[in-house]
Amino acid sequence: MPRVTIRVQAEAFDSAHETALLLRGHEDVGGVAAFTGIVRGGGGLMALELEHYPGMTESMMRRIAESACARFGLVGCTVIHRVGRLAVGMPIVLVLCAAAHRGAAQDGTAFMMDWLKTSAPFWKREEFENGHSAWVEPRAQDEAAKARWGSLTA
Amino acid sequence: MLRILYFAWLRDRLGRSGETLPVPQGAHCVQDLIAALNARGGEYAAIFARPELIRVAVNQSFATIAAPIAAHDEIAFFPPVTGG
Repeated sequence: MPRVTIRVQAEAFDSAHETALLLRGHEDVGGVAAFTGIVRGGGGLMALELEHYPGMTESMMRRIAESACARFGLVGCTVIHRVGRLAVGMPIVLVLCAAAHRGAAQDGTAFMMDWLKTSAPFWKREEFENGHSAWVEPRAQDEAAKARWGSLTA
Repeated sequence: MLRILYFAWLRDRLGRSGETLPVPQGAHCVQDLIAALNARGGEYAAIFARPELIRVAVNQSFATIAAPIAAHDEIAFFPPVTGG
């Protein structure tokens, strides 16, 4: 069984620590692909406020992670998504995929990010320096990126 | 009783994060529930008159407006998600 870790948390994460936990006791891993999403600034953005649907979020994240493991033959994966108020420059999401070979690890990471963006119930509100705030609209290119993988199940 | 949840801008517009209510008379699916909420008027009508803006989950799984509903279901309404 692949080692799957899913967490939704307000606290920061430590990528190196999470990588060590993912690899512990596994000698069949040839590579770990990592993606860290960062709150990107610009246009006067100060911070993002992230909310989620507790319960459904974790179950969707687990479905996505298990689907990636089955589809790409991953040894394991870790997905940590932060919630709450995150200032520009702060890490927001971590995806780690461990596999025997790099291609599976890299594909698994891309697959999980495409599905997380479009199918995990998180919502972002942007806070600007002028006091204005606005909910982030979904992007068509994120839907298109997900579509290239077909369905969630392997 | 149904447990209804609202997230993101739906919650902001309606001024509440959720409510419980009995299954509306004659309501069998999400679409019927949307019609009952729409009939309240005000912000409910402004939101639920445009179901294309809304996504729905029944018992924490994505669902269509044709999904059946029953007493004790948890039904969540929210905008398209923006994770990652």
